[in-house]
Amino acid sequence: MTIPWLTLAIALPAVGALVVALIPRERAELAKRVALACTLVVLAVVGAMALNFDPSGPRFQFTEVHPWIARFGVHYAVGVDGIALTLIGLSALLVPLVVLAAWKEQEDAEDRGKGYFALILVLEAMMIGVFAATDVFLFYVFFEAMLIPVYFMIGRYGRGGERRRASMKFLLYSLLGGLLMLVAVIGVYAYSAQAGNGTFLWADLVGAEGLLAGVDTTAARWLFLGFFVAFAIKAPMWPVHTWLPAAAGSSRPGTAVLLVGVLDKVGTYGMLRYCLELFPGAAAWFVWPVVVLSLVSIIYGAVVAIGQTDMLRLIAYTSVSHFGFITLGIFAMTSQGQSGAALYMVNHGFSTGALFLIAGFLITRNNGSAVIADYGGVQKVAPVLAGTFLVAGLSSLALPGLSPFVSEFLVFVGTFTVLPVPAVVATVGVVLAALYILWMYQRMMTGPVREKLAGMADLSGREVWAVAPLIAVIILFGVYPQPLLDVINPAVEQTMQQIDVSDPAPVLGVDQAGGQEGAGE
Amino acid sequence: MIPLGLPEPTAPALTTQAPDLDYWLLSPLLVVFAVGVVGVLVEAFVDRRHRRLTQLVLALAGVGAAFVLTLLQVGSLPEQGAGVGVAFATVAVDRPTLFFQGTILVLAFISLLLIAENRDGESAFAAQAAAVPGSEEERAHVLAGSQHTEVYPLVMFAVLGMQLFPASNDFLTMFIALEVMSLPLYLLCGLARRRRLFSQEAAVKYFLLGAFSSAFFLFGIAMVYGYAGSVHFADVYAAVGAGGAGVIEDGEPLLLIGMALIGVGLLFKVGAVPFHNWKPDVYQGAPTPITALMASCTLVAAFGALLRVFYVAFGASVWEWRPMLWVVAILTMVLAAVIAVTQRDIKRLLAYSSVVHAGFVLTAVVAASADGLAGAMFYLAAYGFTTIGAFAVVTLVRAPEGGAEAGDLAQWAGLARTSPFLAGALGLFLLAFAGIPLTSGFIGKFAVFEAAVAAGATPLVVVGVLSSAVTAFFYVRIIVLMFFAEPAETAPRVLRPGGLTGTVIGVGIAATVLLGVFPGPVLDNLLPQPSAEAAVGTQPSGAGIVPEDMFVR
Repeated sequence: MTIPWLTLAIALPAVGALVVALIPRERAELAKRVALACTLVVLAVVGAMALNFDPSGPRFQFTEVHPWIARFGVHYAVGVDGIALTLIGLSALLVPLVVLAAWKEQEDAEDRGKGYFALILVLEAMMIGVFAATDVFLFYVFFEAMLIPVYFMIGRYGRGGERRRASMKFLLYSLLGGLLMLVAVIGVYAYSAQAGNGTFLWADLVGAEGLLAGVDTTAARWLFLGFFVAFAIKAPMWPVHTWLPAAAGSSRPGTAVLLVGVLDKVGTYGMLRYCLELFPGAAAWFVWPVVVLSLVSIIYGAVVAIGQTDMLRLIAYTSVSHFGFITLGIFAMTSQGQSGAALYMVNHGFSTGALFLIAGFLITRNNGSAVIADYGGVQKVAPVLAGTFLVAGLSSLALPGLSPFVSEFLVFVGTFTVLPVPAVVATVGVVLAALYILWMYQRMMTGPVREKLAGMADLSGREVWAVAPLIAVIILFGVYPQPLLDVINPAVEQTMQQIDVSDPAPVLGVDQAGGQEGAGE
Repeated sequence: MIPLGLPEPTAPALTTQAPDLDYWLLSPLLVVFAVGVVGVLVEAFVDRRHRRLTQLVLALAGVGAAFVLTLLQVGSLPEQGAGVGVAFATVAVDRPTLFFQGTILVLAFISLLLIAENRDGESAFAAQAAAVPGSEEERAHVLAGSQHTEVYPLVMFAVLGMQLFPASNDFLTMFIALEVMSLPLYLLCGLARRRRLFSQEAAVKYFLLGAFSSAFFLFGIAMVYGYAGSVHFADVYAAVGAGGAGVIEDGEPLLLIGMALIGVGLLFKVGAVPFHNWKPDVYQGAPTPITALMASCTLVAAFGALLRVFYVAFGASVWEWRPMLWVVAILTMVLAAVIAVTQRDIKRLLAYSSVVHAGFVLTAVVAASADGLAGAMFYLAAYGFTTIGAFAVVTLVRAPEGGAEAGDLAQWAGLARTSPFLAGALGLFLLAFAGIPLTSGFIGKFAVFEAAVAAGATPLVVVGVLSSAVTAFFYVRIIVLMFFAEPAETAPRVLRPGGLTGTVIGVGIAATVLLGVFPGPVLDNLLPQPSAEAAVGTQPSGAGIVPEDMFVR
């Protein structure tokens, strides 16, 4: 009897959410403890799963397949490859930290935050589910259902007067993308039925022998677009990014961590797993448009980030820029590029997560203000807080020795071998990153101490516990990224095989035409 | 009526032949009819104090018994083929019929619970409908605690018509079913206890427009009769297949006009644009329990009839009617969704939402395949439960003064703070309407859109998902209002759900979640399966002829 690890990891938080929701609101403290315990158990389960994962084994491990809706060939099918595993690990690590960080945030809510913690647990179940799904329909179900808890987390438990509008914008943007994807999902089913076996099982659909191999070129491009638009909105990519700053700015920082740190990764993960592997031909055809959009995202996100006056919005815009790097790496179609992109997704979760969490601590100390100009000289009164903020910020600008550096470097290497010009353009983003992060730090943490911040407390024990693990992994994987790469690389290699792309031969002075050939087929 | 004036060859046979009716297969209809008749007698002979309870028990027992009989009949259908025609093949008892009838009976049962809700001797219906609104006479009746228990027999007759409507196998039976279904509903619409002028206006509008559409329907029948020489669906189908049966030379225009006119009649009943104008007024004015009945059961019955007419009688002329339904479906989805955005009244909004959902079901009708039939059936059943639940919630939220329902959405602000359960229930129903996964609405949407894509109607589906996004906007806006907004100055008075209404809401929640998470049993066992050759190699262009074995022909 094998343990259904993934089902366990999905079911535990779901059950936990139910328990938390049923605890009466007078005992909100108990509800929080249950929520924290539940997330820690999930973390342990995911940790045990990671230890049992065999990087040299088959691509998908811990697989379970059960028929769900026979009529439409829908299965409850889960399984993880290295990429999915690292992202599930990221989710499982971030959620308890968010719970810890949000411990006191919702004291004033009328249910004293009980509902908020239940929603976090619901969201955790769906986040793990969406990465674990190996059935397109199941993936779609999680992909769409996930919106609802986030919608309530922003709209009901968010901050600021704009939160209703922001949550609405978030939901409608995502729904629109999701519904277009629904057409593509139905299209996938229709074509698989036409090929003789109507199914949503990912494994049966992909590959040269798969059920989608016979789809004609035009149809495949439309289907690709259906998926891609949804993922681009989720990621978010310029020009469909406008919901993110609004949503992040109106979120509690904990919500923002999960929103930007994990949820948005579903977009890039979906591009890698679904857009590329289901429609390799169409993906190759779309390389240039996507690369151009990625470059625009990188530079636009960075430039706009510089001009932000609200730190949550600033961090959100930096993410638009970072996601540009991820999509660039994915669509470079080289193994370094994709490994880098996959690693980037995880590292970005750590560094942005840390930034949002610390920003949250600042906000609770300053009457709920996220405006950068309301701060100054924080490092004199709260040195630990300022220090962790600096480390997180430096990791966000990919300082060597911190984990995002490795992934950004891999993306550049992988892109440069085939698309040298875009790679060079993308480096502008790195320079701008230094500007927006350091300038924000300078304005908020250095200089004379603001009068009303004079009595500001440094990080409490609970807050240190919420941030320290992130800082630790940022440094650990910055110095020694090999464990992550060992898990990710086989999955990337198999992805490359699946889409029938190989790395260009390592020749000095690669010309662009040669690179195109490599990516084009 | 009409056949008398025409030299119809089979008419004499009807009068001379000894009636050979299969009472067993007709029993669900007969039970409901009998209960309706007994209900009338109860009105005459039972003491006023006991009437309501007697009527309610009778009605629930009748509908329940009819449902059990419907279930039993599934077993007595022949293994091969779709089913059998009974009563001179005027009534078709096949699997789609039984599914529609079963669905109608279950939904009617739930609606009856809502209709029966009675708080402090006050039901949703006028004390004395004949009294002038606001008059002394009305006040006297209210004080005396008068009740219209005639509501129950009227509902039973309406349910009888609804059962017969999708089962009819010829146009005249269908017309009779249409009238049997509609006439009690016209009356029921005018019986609201509050805002009686609204209610009476609704009844008159519904009656006039309904009569108008019946006339269209009847005129269409005449045309088709002229073309095919028969009102039997099987004969019409054969005539279309044979290119006109030779009754009239070059009779094709007759068929097309007839098809269009019959289409108008049926599309009026489902409330598709441009025949939807009655819906908002009637849904708003009618007593809410009756609105729930209409929004669920009538819609199921009307779509059942629409499917039977277009799939059985006109099953060989798919290419002729498909463009018409394309246009209607697109208009319905787009216009209704856009107009709904501007609505300020919850019942009007739900009415427009019902119009949009009719558009979604039409995309499945356009498919003209077993998948399309199954998709429409699933959608209607799922939507029925959800919509009754939503209207049940509406009955509980009252204006701060006067006891009328709080129609204005502004009054719903902050409802989640005062009544989290009620707001949560309505939130779930709205998410199901919006088609969020893990609710029945999503599976329904998937089923209808899948059928349409398989039949090559992808553009229609794209329009469908875009208007879905628009509808999501106004559903979500209500959720924003209830959950995120501060309570309004004029906070509504929220009634505690009584046992009956509570049951209705509970059933709605259970059905919405169960059909969303475990739709398999319904999809695999109750609905028609695509035949083997249809599943493999379905051409996206779509076949032009409806598969043979779905209905009795």
